[in-house]
Amino acid sequence: MVETVYESDQIMEWLSQVPDPEIPVLTITDLGIVRDVDCSNGVTVSLTPTYSGCPATEAIEASVVAALEDRGVSDVRIKRVLSPAWTTDWISEDGRKKLRVYGIAPPERRDRPVACPRCDSSNTQVVSEFGSTACKASYRCIDCLEPFEYFKCL
Amino acid sequence: MSNRAIPATYATRLGDNALVLGQRMIELVAASPELEEELANANFSLDYIGQARMFYTYAAECEGGGRTEDDFAFLRPEHEYRNLLLVEQPNGHFGDSTVRALLFESWYVLLLESLTQCADEGIAAIAARAIKEVRYHLRHSSQWLVRLGDGTEESHARVQASLDKLWCFTGEMFVADELDDAMLNEFNGPDLAAIELQWQKNVAAFVAEAKLEQPDDQWMASGGKQGKHTEHFGFLLAEMQHLQRVYPGAEW
Repeated sequence: MVETVYESDQIMEWLSQVPDPEIPVLTITDLGIVRDVDCSNGVTVSLTPTYSGCPATEAIEASVVAALEDRGVSDVRIKRVLSPAWTTDWISEDGRKKLRVYGIAPPERRDRPVACPRCDSSNTQVVSEFGSTACKASYRCIDCLEPFEYFKCL
Repeated sequence: MSNRAIPATYATRLGDNALVLGQRMIELVAASPELEEELANANFSLDYIGQARMFYTYAAECEGGGRTEDDFAFLRPEHEYRNLLLVEQPNGHFGDSTVRALLFESWYVLLLESLTQCADEGIAAIAARAIKEVRYHLRHSSQWLVRLGDGTEESHARVQASLDKLWCFTGEMFVADELDDAMLNEFNGPDLAAIELQWQKNVAAFVAEAKLEQPDDQWMASGGKQGKHTEHFGFLLAEMQHLQRVYPGAEW
């Protein structure tokens, strides 16, 4: 039996189509949680969790395995990498754009205002430091009055 | 203790603190005073339980005996749990759970900060992940302490009573036992004496800002690290472990 050897670029390309289960406009490569792909012995994908208790971690691991198996990769292993810890700095520029279009303000440095994803005004106010998922806070725009979510800087 | 046994036991203890506090916070789900607090509380318990899972999984890996995170959480009796007495204290009212979180998180942040520099890579990696979350938790609990302490006459009096009541559980955070010494000496682990000084300073600043009075030096309860718990703990475990005790190995 001849084993297929995959190129890690090819695997990465396939992974870049796997959506995040909680924010489906983002893929897992947009989020920056795919840390490494090793094709030397089967395919080992190294993933880093976002938050310790993120309920999506296991769902993401399962969808990575499923996505690769759909493309005929049979020997898929997942490695959980904790260090260095994930940071929102790893969200790609493309990912930040997609977040904004989706209506979620992307993470900003503490000293910068959070801009409204709809009207781009910086005149915004935090409603609650918490939102529908661990990674988001609730904001509102004083100018266009829209409530929106903010992807917290971590 | 063998070299691998020290991080295994230490990670278990860290997992116990995180799990027990996470479980206490779970008890509050659907009982928060407002929706934002509901979300905050549920997010915090998720973080803590997530941290516990990582610590237990790592402890099991160090042991190499085939135990899983679930064995640690659901199949150990009370005396095998080594969490601080503070985290197992009942939720009480909102001021009680706020003070409990503040006192613990002020310590836990310093402990994790130090652990990110320790020589055990597994624990250092989990600490680096966890500290980002706990800093956020502490910001929240300290904001509430100020809001309650510097709030109405009623909220001030009640949160002062919470502080007075829970203060006696802070002492054991700084009493190093054999395991703490082994972590310090062999793995460049936390120096509890140094952490105590910093903790005193940080907590005094929070208490002053909240216009509260710091309780006097007093008798301190201890025993959590030795597996001798307060009477509340058995009830917590009974609820948390019920399913696995009645239906061993149940999965979903």
